[in-house]
Amino acid sequence: MSDPGTTRPPGSEHSPDSPLSIHAMTVAYERRPVLWDIDLDIPRGALVGIVGPNGAGKSTLIKAALDLVPKLSGHVQVFGRPYTVQRERVAYVPQRESVDWEFPVTVLDVVCMGLYHTLGLFRGVNRRIRKRAMEALAEVGLEELAHRQIAQLSGGQQQRTFLARALVQEADLHLMDEPFAGVDAATEETIVSLLRTLQSRGCTTIAVHHDLQTVPDYFDHVLLLNTRVVAFGRTDEVFTPANLEATYGGKLTLLDQASQALAGQTRGVPR
Amino acid sequence: MTCLASMFDDGHLLEVFLLSNWNTRVVVLGVTALGVAGGVVGAFMLLRRRALLGDALSHATLPGIAMAFLLASTLGLSAKSHGVLLLGALVAGLLGVVTVQWLTRSARMSEDAALGIVLSTFFGAGAALLGLAQQETSASAAGLEAFIYGKTASMLMRDAALIGATSVITIGVCIACFKELRLVCFDPDYARGRGLRTTAYDFLLMALVMAIVVVGLQAVGLVLVIAILVIPAAAARFWTHSTGRMLLIAGAIGGAGGWIGTILSAIAPGLPAGAMVVLTLGGFFIVSLLFGRRQGLARRMLRHRRRALLMDRDHALRAIWECLEHTGEPDCLAGQIGFRWGWATLKTVDRLQRAGLLVVEPAAGEERIAFTEEGQREAAAVVRRHRLWEHYLMRRADFDEHHVDRGADELEHLLPTGLLEQLEKELDAETLAMLPSPHALRPDHAGGAHG
Repeated sequence: MSDPGTTRPPGSEHSPDSPLSIHAMTVAYERRPVLWDIDLDIPRGALVGIVGPNGAGKSTLIKAALDLVPKLSGHVQVFGRPYTVQRERVAYVPQRESVDWEFPVTVLDVVCMGLYHTLGLFRGVNRRIRKRAMEALAEVGLEELAHRQIAQLSGGQQQRTFLARALVQEADLHLMDEPFAGVDAATEETIVSLLRTLQSRGCTTIAVHHDLQTVPDYFDHVLLLNTRVVAFGRTDEVFTPANLEATYGGKLTLLDQASQALAGQTRGVPR
Repeated sequence: MTCLASMFDDGHLLEVFLLSNWNTRVVVLGVTALGVAGGVVGAFMLLRRRALLGDALSHATLPGIAMAFLLASTLGLSAKSHGVLLLGALVAGLLGVVTVQWLTRSARMSEDAALGIVLSTFFGAGAALLGLAQQETSASAAGLEAFIYGKTASMLMRDAALIGATSVITIGVCIACFKELRLVCFDPDYARGRGLRTTAYDFLLMALVMAIVVVGLQAVGLVLVIAILVIPAAAARFWTHSTGRMLLIAGAIGGAGGWIGTILSAIAPGLPAGAMVVLTLGGFFIVSLLFGRRQGLARRMLRHRRRALLMDRDHALRAIWECLEHTGEPDCLAGQIGFRWGWATLKTVDRLQRAGLLVVEPAAGEERIAFTEEGQREAAAVVRRHRLWEHYLMRRADFDEHHVDRGADELEHLLPTGLLEQLEKELDAETLAMLPSPHALRPDHAGGAHG
């Protein structure tokens, strides 16, 4: 990279080796902004929790970073380059509810999906892939359930299956959408120690989180989000009552009303 | 009767089964190939939850067929040319799918409403155009109706060859893109995040469905063609938890349905092949629903029944054991045992006696019940397990002594033995042969709470 300034708009001060850097990103559903002008640089090796009220755009932030939802404006860079050329370095753990767990696949099948990119088109899953998948399953303590159909797992075990699918990819950046939602205490412990292990390997992890009480224990950085970035930084610095009040306290009701009015005006008009 | 008699006459049956008649052979092989391919493609269609879209697609082909016929006859082409008609079907089907997509995405309609509208409107348009076509050229238009319900009798060698080629290609594509199609069906968002072009694979899947529908029109008709896509796949789901095996089984069921259905219709010429194929598939589905290895109803009922028997056995053993523990006698009268003496209990005691666990001897009008040596061992194990759970629940789950009996009862029968060892460890009871009951034994109620 010769001059980072040429690839970005003038005035941006994003570090080129930030695992995830978001610049002036706005995302809207049906013209109603869900994320508005987000600017963010995640430091390398950070363990980031994203918190905020329902509808604050937490999941959308992750999906927009992965190009899963269209951005109205702004851009996202992963380790200084567009996501489309950095896919292998990013592992995504979707919300558990996003798939049908009655689907006829085994735990091992699901974990192998994390390595499909190493196989060409028309090539089936081979022994090398299965071996690596088993190693990832061992890391989350599920190797004995490898050949179970996924519907026969508990919620926590299903979540660990998704984590193993991300682990097997050996990525540097992990984006997790509510990894702690609806899991048992044992799984919660497993996930926490997994997050620590990833951090000790130098990986960066960003996870949407719901339980405010555990934020200081689990995450060293926190992103307080409510359509806008309310605060981002080290947990001990920004996870303050004042910031929480600003995130959850409904200070943005006027903005909310305005965007609802906007959505009302355009409702029914085909795009 | 004469019809029936003639059916089984003069080696007709044999001729059909051996496929010695050239026409029968063409039809049977063609429809079988269609069934196999329909099963394989249908499995992915079902897993992607696109079954209704496939139905809308097949109904939407009708106006295309009629339009192609009208156009071709106006232009002076051979209006009965199959190529032209199938091309019309293809275009109209595609248009139907695109309309559904547009209605759901851009006009933000719910998918079921969009499907209903497209399916009925296209079919209505097709029926109207068909009416027009028949008015103009009544003689040659008659063949068009074959597309609605299917007419295998009109199937020629080249039609069967088209079906065969289409089947080979569609199955080949499903095998070649197996892992990608599976990923797109299972977790489309994740697939897209990983850089898989999900829209392209969705399109590929719809193209496969469309191919089956169009070549299947002549064999089973556009009303029933959805059956060869949906039924084999749905039936296969009852036999396996693996995507690959589901494809395999769906293909086998589809092929068998095609084979048997066409042969049935060849035996009795009055029965339309399309209907016979669908009915055969329906039969396969019912068998799978009842006896399927994974989720079959009959198996579930059987398992439930086995579980109920196991629970009855445990309850009876425990009730007798606790009665003897309470009285200190070597045997007891039937009336002393706590549980209600109903028909089921009598049968259970009878069963346990036959299994060599109990000895029942008539004594002064009433029966005296005692354990055999094996019965003693079994009963002790059952009681010990029950009490381990009771102690655990009282200590860890805040059960009080009035409710713990039932709480333990809900747990103890169905859990794997590994868990029992953990339980023993947790309670430091590995070496204890028996534990005291944590609550007062009330012989008149013990074991009776669950009936």
